[in-house]
Amino acid sequence: MSEKLERILPRVQKPARYVGGEYNQIIKNIDQVDVRVAFCFPDTYEIGMSNLGMRILYAVMNRMEGVWCERVFAPWGDMEEELRKNHIPLYALESGDPLADFDMIAFTIGYEMCYTNVLNMLDLGGIPRRSADRNGLEHIVFAGGACTYNPEPLADFVDFFSLGEGEELTEEIVSLYRKAKRESWSKDAFLLAVSKLNGVYVPSFYEHTYNEDGTLKAITPLHGAPTTVTKRIMQNLDEALYPTDIIVPNTEIVHDRSNLEVMRGCIRGCRFCQAGFTYRPVRPRSPELLLRQAIESLENSGCHEITLSSLSTSDYKNLPVLAQQMQDYCTPRKINLSLPSLRADNFSRELMLRLQQVRKSGLTFAPEAGTQRLRDAINKNVTEEEILETCAIAFEGGWNNVKLYFMLGLPTETDEDVLGIAELVYKILKTWREHASNKKRGVRIHVATAYFVPKPFTPFQWEKQITPEEYMRRQKLLKDNMPSKSIEYNWHASDLSRLEAVLARGDRRLCAVLEEVVNRGGKLDGWDEYFSYQTWMDSLAACGVDPDFYTTRGYDLDELLPWSVISDGVSTLFLKKEKERAYRNETTPDCRTKCSGCGASCLLKGGRCDA
Amino acid sequence: MRRMLLEKTGTAIWMSHLDLMRLMQRAFRRAGVVLHHSQGYTPHAYVSMLLPLSVGTESVCEIMEYEIDADIAIEPKDMNAVLPQGVRVLKVYESDRKAKFLTELSASLTMLYDRGVPDGAAQRIGALLNGESLLVEKRTKRGMDETDVRPMIHNTELTVVEDRILLTARISAQNPSLNPALLTTAIERYLPQDKPDFVRYRRLEVYDENGEIFR
Repeated sequence: MSEKLERILPRVQKPARYVGGEYNQIIKNIDQVDVRVAFCFPDTYEIGMSNLGMRILYAVMNRMEGVWCERVFAPWGDMEEELRKNHIPLYALESGDPLADFDMIAFTIGYEMCYTNVLNMLDLGGIPRRSADRNGLEHIVFAGGACTYNPEPLADFVDFFSLGEGEELTEEIVSLYRKAKRESWSKDAFLLAVSKLNGVYVPSFYEHTYNEDGTLKAITPLHGAPTTVTKRIMQNLDEALYPTDIIVPNTEIVHDRSNLEVMRGCIRGCRFCQAGFTYRPVRPRSPELLLRQAIESLENSGCHEITLSSLSTSDYKNLPVLAQQMQDYCTPRKINLSLPSLRADNFSRELMLRLQQVRKSGLTFAPEAGTQRLRDAINKNVTEEEILETCAIAFEGGWNNVKLYFMLGLPTETDEDVLGIAELVYKILKTWREHASNKKRGVRIHVATAYFVPKPFTPFQWEKQITPEEYMRRQKLLKDNMPSKSIEYNWHASDLSRLEAVLARGDRRLCAVLEEVVNRGGKLDGWDEYFSYQTWMDSLAACGVDPDFYTTRGYDLDELLPWSVISDGVSTLFLKKEKERAYRNETTPDCRTKCSGCGASCLLKGGRCDA
Repeated sequence: MRRMLLEKTGTAIWMSHLDLMRLMQRAFRRAGVVLHHSQGYTPHAYVSMLLPLSVGTESVCEIMEYEIDADIAIEPKDMNAVLPQGVRVLKVYESDRKAKFLTELSASLTMLYDRGVPDGAAQRIGALLNGESLLVEKRTKRGMDETDVRPMIHNTELTVVEDRILLTARISAQNPSLNPALLTTAIERYLPQDKPDFVRYRRLEVYDENGEIFR
């Protein structure tokens, strides 16, 4: 560690996150390394170290001989200030070497409000932000992650995007880079070659032209770039690398536990949920492998908690077997087994109660909408009966804490639906009165509403976002009609969700806006401490970009969408049909009950989902 | 009581006291040792550090107490194989000396002067620390308070080596405890011209009330 760094550490909060040195971090002999990758997570250490994708790809790249992948995180504001003041460039944790020493700079991006951190981290590393200003083969910047299905707001900064699951593609990319470096290719030659890899999108190879009304007129592929770039998937999750010797942080992180990924994809098809579509098709891991991975992960990390993760763990076919085996392993060793994302069905209910999960965190439901009519329209398959039954059992068992999550501004929502939320809360309160085993302890019901953000690659990708004023009106309507003062009601502020909506469906014209925000000091926008709505509004205005164009305007069904070149396997026709069904309040059965022909199975060899 | 003598150096010094406790609990599990857990709804593993160490301070004499249910022999190498860099187990032993008898410690301060050590600085600092009294601002439960820390300083030794002053001090460890960083605070307050540009802190040894090494 440099003495310069040593001197600033006593002045910053939680310095342990800036020094590396954790158990299981990978150190390689620099003389035997020919490709160095700086794997950047555009948020803090605590968030990034909890990220499953980063854990997997760190292992994928470091498993390659001669390749050394190191971690870089966004510093908190106090550290950034010290780094800048002391002229210390942003560095990787393993070697302590500055970003500029690396061949490739990779980002994994999971949230729109991290975009400014991408630019800021490049700045802190002394790397030019814009692709066009990085001319050589060094400092190739590429990105992937859940948020890069519409990569356009970052098109001017990132050289290429790696779409979908990265276990195989990342290795192909790094191998190609190694060849390019060995043979001293130009950057253009490398980009041309990398654009031929399935799943790689090179934004500079597509020219965007606009109509007078600001909508996209054409996207023209250049240099023989593909007209459609389809995301990559792993055919068989049992064969995908899943590291069980992951880095054990020296300081507390957000999800400080071992993690098992039981499946990818979701059979449910909630119409607002981007992950529910972009992670298709559904592919499980075998329970035998999962149990082995669980034991290895726990033994290698020493964690006292393990979680089964997926988009909807109740839908994992072998959950009863796996949960029992896991419980048998964990209980005598005093290891907590945690199962988030459980549905309110019978088995899950029984399991939750058995694992006594609930006592700690309370029961959590995400009905998303207040009436069955609207839940049908968004295809959220949870019924009032299921919620009330689960609550009744839990209240009888002595639990007294319920959390409920809803969205306001969903397509087709009326005041009746908003009031339906209050109605449902009232029924839960009533259920507690009828079933509570100990009324003296009282009940705590937390209700939270979020402002609906239409996302690309969902049936709602064309929808209008309601105006912030309308959102606040509905929020106030709900607040005024909450049945009891004992209910804690929290709502998201409209500012952040409005900008999320701008960026989620944004086009290349937002690149200039992002740059303006960063120039004005914008960073860590996902954090209340740093998020400044005014900075964003001023930057949008300075660039002549109207946020309403991306939010309340809505997108025409036959409008050319900025992300049209990219495919997640789900057909646009299917999304359109789903949108129509939503407006008819019709549900679509889950993939296991009946295949609705979304198209994602085309990604599988043999063309059949294992829903 | 089962105890371990630990070293915390290098990058590990930036971990907090709680971080180190968590880290040791996990290291035990990695070594295949199940710690004794408290009863109750959220069982806690029993591990405790006798004298919490400030973030940024090195130590070669941390004492940790722990309980295990099964009677198994643990060797330092078993633990060291599963510990991150900077944390090392030096000794595994049993002791019947209660923690309250750990009353003194010896710490070193390496004071760096970027423009060289000012003439006479070591003498002035020596005189300051050995004076009649030494009032410093100390954080207490009631907020900031003026405290005379002179009675907590038992012995000091100063040497000038090139651009640094090495200060070794025997100070009170518990009831009351003196954070060695307060010595720097005192220098800044009373001898601003001798204020070092950076100070490294290291805990060297712990003692009982008779000046014997505590284990």
